[in-house]
Amino acid sequence: MKWLRENLFANPLSGLVTLLLLFLLWKAVPPFIDWALLDAVWHPDTKACRAGEGACWGFIAEKHRFILFGTYPYEEHWRPAAASAILIGLWVCSGIRIFWKWWLALVWPAGLALIGTLMWGGILGLPFVENERWGGLILTLLLTTFGLAFAFPLAILLALARRSSMPVIQGLAVGYIELMRGVPLISLLFMASVMLPLFLPQGVTIDKLARAQIAMILFAAAYLAEVVRGGLQAIPKEQYEMADSLGLGYWQKTLWVVLPQALRIAVPPLVNTFIGFFKDTSLVLIIGLFDLLSTIKVSLQDPRWSGFGVEAYLFAALMYFAFCHAMSRYSRRFERRLDSA
Amino acid sequence: MAANYGWGRRIAYQAAALLAAVALGWFLARNTAANLEASRIASGFGFLAREAGFEIGESAFLRYSASDTYLDALAVGLANTLAVSLIGIALATVLGAAIGLGRLSRNFLLRSLGAAYVEFLRNVPLLVQLFFWYAVIAEGLPHPREALEPLPGVFLSNRGIFFPTFSSSPALEGFNFAGGAALTPEFAALLIGLATYTAAFIAEIVRAGVLAIERGQWEAAYAIGLTRRQALAHVALPQALRVIVPPATSQFLNLTKNSSLAVAIGYPDLVSVANTTINQTGQAIEGIAIIMAVYLTISLSISALMNWYNARVMRR
Repeated sequence: MKWLRENLFANPLSGLVTLLLLFLLWKAVPPFIDWALLDAVWHPDTKACRAGEGACWGFIAEKHRFILFGTYPYEEHWRPAAASAILIGLWVCSGIRIFWKWWLALVWPAGLALIGTLMWGGILGLPFVENERWGGLILTLLLTTFGLAFAFPLAILLALARRSSMPVIQGLAVGYIELMRGVPLISLLFMASVMLPLFLPQGVTIDKLARAQIAMILFAAAYLAEVVRGGLQAIPKEQYEMADSLGLGYWQKTLWVVLPQALRIAVPPLVNTFIGFFKDTSLVLIIGLFDLLSTIKVSLQDPRWSGFGVEAYLFAALMYFAFCHAMSRYSRRFERRLDSA
Repeated sequence: MAANYGWGRRIAYQAAALLAAVALGWFLARNTAANLEASRIASGFGFLAREAGFEIGESAFLRYSASDTYLDALAVGLANTLAVSLIGIALATVLGAAIGLGRLSRNFLLRSLGAAYVEFLRNVPLLVQLFFWYAVIAEGLPHPREALEPLPGVFLSNRGIFFPTFSSSPALEGFNFAGGAALTPEFAALLIGLATYTAAFIAEIVRAGVLAIERGQWEAAYAIGLTRRQALAHVALPQALRVIVPPATSQFLNLTKNSSLAVAIGYPDLVSVANTTINQTGQAIEGIAIIMAVYLTISLSISALMNWYNARVMRR
């Protein structure tokens, strides 16, 4: 009772707000539950879906293989499934502190090699699958992983360059970062898909997936660089002076004294940037790659199932939410630990 | 930082960096020129004066027909981008401020709903949200003949949202509404998506801004007899504004850049019109250069304004 009075009816206005919100919830939540759960059609039956009042989750039941794996050969779906599980496992392990050992740096390449073997095949009796046919969840995860893996070192160099005392180097870094941050990602993706082939010497070709990946890397590097710069700025000046007084050179000082501290401070905002990047991979749909969102959108083009877009995109939202929410909770936990340390 | 290098080495490093950048630019430009020559694409902006020949679904401020030039078409695209961005910014600010302050409320229900809103909207890609809103309007809403009327004169239908103006109000004519003002489904979906998504970020900025006020300020406000609401309005918010404005501006910029996702749901913004232009003329480099130049101009002028504002606030 005391809790109720303090938290819901502290004064007349608060009480009014509570009643108003309760009224709105009462108007919105039961109909939504009816639609989404009680009246929903769960088995893949278009007739029942079109006749019924509720949501048509049968659409997801029917299309889940295509949504998760795209146009990958049907009998081989266990391969992208295993690859996705391995990749998610690698990310989870990298987030746990007891695994922060030197051998983690060996586990990653080994894991990625295994994923590459699984996805391409061509050896060990696995039929070869060209990367044109990769799609769904694994494509989203791979774009994120490789995007961040290549963007991160580039970002560190850009951040150091931006903090450099040499005007030309600083100017180049500022120019690059502001250019990338000033334009929408779509324009970079368009540029990659139509202009990258023009940039290369004649006779050199590059596939669609790699083009999109390059654009994502160049884009992410600029945003990550600003986060790393924030971490660098938070290092007290004494740390630099102390390293100088030890007689360390620039690279020794940066690698052993400054960066380890700066990156640690920057973990929470870095994870937030990772989340943004993970969400941004959905934009590759616009240049015609089959990521998770794209497979969902294409599923809707089946005339038998057209018109269930609300269900389809709600499902897409839940998939993305699961990943992003996990990452954002991790970042908040880490932040709290940093504060208390 | 690099003070321990001699000036000779500093100059050598910088010259090397500059040389590398110039060499890369030259390499790319030479390849591009060779490739264009091989595929016989004439470069230059001459195509802008040619007749566009395609219709544009809607135009915010400008008149346009298919017989106008590509330049006119791009101007319509830019006007559409600015229209959805400006209205979106206004809506996102109001909604974001309300949710941000709601999250600071002592009312448990308000606080939790605000937190749930922010957590959910921020963790789902904007593109998914835009597709969702478009599906809700195009599939979820009824035909104009059975349109919902939540407020008198305001109609929601799968052909768009109709509302009255001072001079006329919408009325059913044949299969659609006429009169009043209308938002097309594409515009409405883009606007709702951009505003609700950005509001989640603005809410967090507003909340952080108010939380950044020192406790002493609140105590002083209470000591002179202000209520919590008065203290918030007259003491905390004016000070919080200094913390809020810079990150909020960058959210406004993000909203403007994100409006380019319009191309995915068929709203004719700048990127969408430029994309059609590129497909019709093959002038990819020029088209993308125009998109980038426009967005860079918007971004850089807003950042310049911001830096000037910050310098002023800091001086006080």
